[in-house]
Amino acid sequence: MSKNNNDFVTIYVMGKKQKVPADLTIMKAMEYAGHQFIRGSGCRGGFCGACATVYRMRGSYKLQGALACQKQVEEGMIIAQIPFSPSEKITYKLNEIKANANTFLEYFPEIARCLSCNTCTKACPQDIMVMDYVQAALRGDIKLAAKLSFDCLGCGLCAMRCPAEIVPYNIGQLARRLESKYIEGPTEQVLSRCEEIKEGKYDKEIESLKNADKETLIKLYNSREMKNE
Amino acid sequence: MSSENSGQILKINAENKEFKEKIQDLSGEKIDLCFQCGACSSGCPMVQEMDYLPSKIIRMSQLGLKEVLSSKTIWVCTTCFNCEVRCPRGIDIANVMEAIRQVVLRQKFDKVNIDMLTPEELRELPQIAIVSNLRKLTA
Amino acid sequence: MRLAYYPGCTLKTTAKSFDISTLESSKTLGIDLIEPERWNCCGTVHALSKDDVMHHLAPIRNLLRIEEMKKTGIVEESKVITVCAMCYNTLKRANLVFNSDSDKVKKINENMENESSVYNGSVQVEHLLETIKHQGWDNLRNKVKIPLKDLKVAPYYGCLLLRPRGLGIDNADKPSIMEDMIRALGAEPIDFAYKQKCCGSYHTVFMKERVADLSYKILNQAKIAGAEIIVTACPLCEFNLSHRQTEIIKNRSEFKEFPVIYFTQLIALALGLKEDSMVFGENKTDPRPLFKYKGFLKEI
Ligand code: SF4
Ligand code: SF4
Ligand code: FES
Repeated sequence: MSKNNNDFVTIYVMGKKQKVPADLTIMKAMEYAGHQFIRGSGCRGGFCGACATVYRMRGSYKLQGALACQKQVEEGMIIAQIPFSPSEKITYKLNEIKANANTFLEYFPEIARCLSCNTCTKACPQDIMVMDYVQAALRGDIKLAAKLSFDCLGCGLCAMRCPAEIVPYNIGQLARRLESKYIEGPTEQVLSRCEEIKEGKYDKEIESLKNADKETLIKLYNSREMKNE
Repeated sequence: MSSENSGQILKINAENKEFKEKIQDLSGEKIDLCFQCGACSSGCPMVQEMDYLPSKIIRMSQLGLKEVLSSKTIWVCTTCFNCEVRCPRGIDIANVMEAIRQVVLRQKFDKVNIDMLTPEELRELPQIAIVSNLRKLTA
Repeated sequence: MRLAYYPGCTLKTTAKSFDISTLESSKTLGIDLIEPERWNCCGTVHALSKDDVMHHLAPIRNLLRIEEMKKTGIVEESKVITVCAMCYNTLKRANLVFNSDSDKVKKINENMENESSVYNGSVQVEHLLETIKHQGWDNLRNKVKIPLKDLKVAPYYGCLLLRPRGLGIDNADKPSIMEDMIRALGAEPIDFAYKQKCCGSYHTVFMKERVADLSYKILNQAKIAGAEIIVTACPLCEFNLSHRQTEIIKNRSEFKEFPVIYFTQLIALALGLKEDSMVFGENKTDPRPLFKYKGFLKEI
């Protein structure tokens, strides 16, 4: 960064050079440069995983992964969005499948191709030990796979880079589902809430929400209760 | 080396030589040491499934014949190293089989497709079987 | 003796009986086996082509974990004990590549850049049978509570415990380590022609029938030689020799189910361990009727 440009950095959005304010996230910087996000953006808060981005720094061979809404721009970033990673939506009925050692292999036999190359871990913007959860799944360790993959957003960067063509996030998701259904859960709160819903405790509230106008909804949203646990 | 060719003189050209080099480099084996005793073939558990005997694959490799690439033999080899133990010339035939498989696999080719397996088979098969199968037969 | 233990994936899934009987019988023999906190599949087969680096990462990563265990004092020796023949072979051969090819070492290390330490090649890969042998067969014999008298056991070595030449746990042409173990347990080892013959290995996935045929030959030879049971040290051999009996019986109605178990289960039996240390119920072919008949297990 040169002195008089203190507050600006140069980035390359799909090869095109842009000068953008240095304190912006990749997403805001791209918008600043005139890009409009039609895909590849959702929550803007680091939760939905829609804004997967890959970049290289000038002068470095490393291909890195980031969430555009979270990562701040840096001088010399060469950026491309990966708004979608192609993967088949595997369907299974959680009530019917069993949580046993071979469940992962049954639905995702390609995990047997994992090379333990760790490329997925290197790609993950959430700093998850992706290789380790894929490997845990391969040996049927549902608990470990669920624990390690807990922070996964399904951004898809691991899947785009896996040389074995595995889609790790689908495996992590199955692990967490199996674990919460068969190993840890279902929790007290979930069960009692289900009861309440069945008894119609919230029917009135839902009805009034349905009829509310936009302004009221915004007000309600902003003053909503958040549970801290 | 189809039977129509028998009796004819086989001409080895530059392409054959290059292919032979490639197999030697990939396998790390000196295939010219082979004197066609056939010990490897006699101990091989999979010969019934093979089109060319292991010793014949070595002979064809010596000559740099690309037909080995389309042979069934390289895929049904179990890498059991029975041939390796038997070879009086110290060639590890399993390495040669793998080298030829690799030449094919590296051209965007998968020999098997795991999507063909039924859920029942996948539930029963141990990890060790699927991992090793896919390591040997897919790219 | 506290030693690092690499179980491998299958011992955590379809071959739990191998894992449990290994841990329990080792403990009784004075060997505390400690599983690394983090490990990955070793890849099960050694990558044979000379330019391959990628496929060596998996085994080397595991060896690095063992080195780390040594560094932090969790284990006393830079050594890893395996029981699965394929894990043993893969870890051992990758280690050899690492210790003999400096070009590859460089590339392997480059590809493991985000590991917190670099593998030094110090780990010794050992099979549990070797560990027990080093303790001395007398040591094993002295710990036997139920001598397996008159039990005729065929040791099935298969491929990767012995081959390639020089890399196995015993002489590739004339192995005796399993026979010695069987004798120490008070049983009678049965020599048979197919004890080193391949069961068809991973072709069990797409060539079921051929593997069933190869397995039949092995089982049949053992039977003809007078064996009552087969022991093995490989979860893939065990799978082929026992699960493929279903296919064998379909084609040969005269074939009678033949028990196949892990060598560690046999040791656990002779050491007089509890039944939940042998986990015979997990075997596809149940050996308990035979053991009850011989008086090694109580009738319930
Ligand atoms: S595990 Fe994969 S999908 Fe999940 S957050 Fe990390 S890179 Fe994204
Ligand atoms: S990138 Fe793929 S092959 Fe490599 S460790 Fe991750 S899941 Fe395994
Ligand atoms: S937009 Fe949802 S995580 Fe970035």
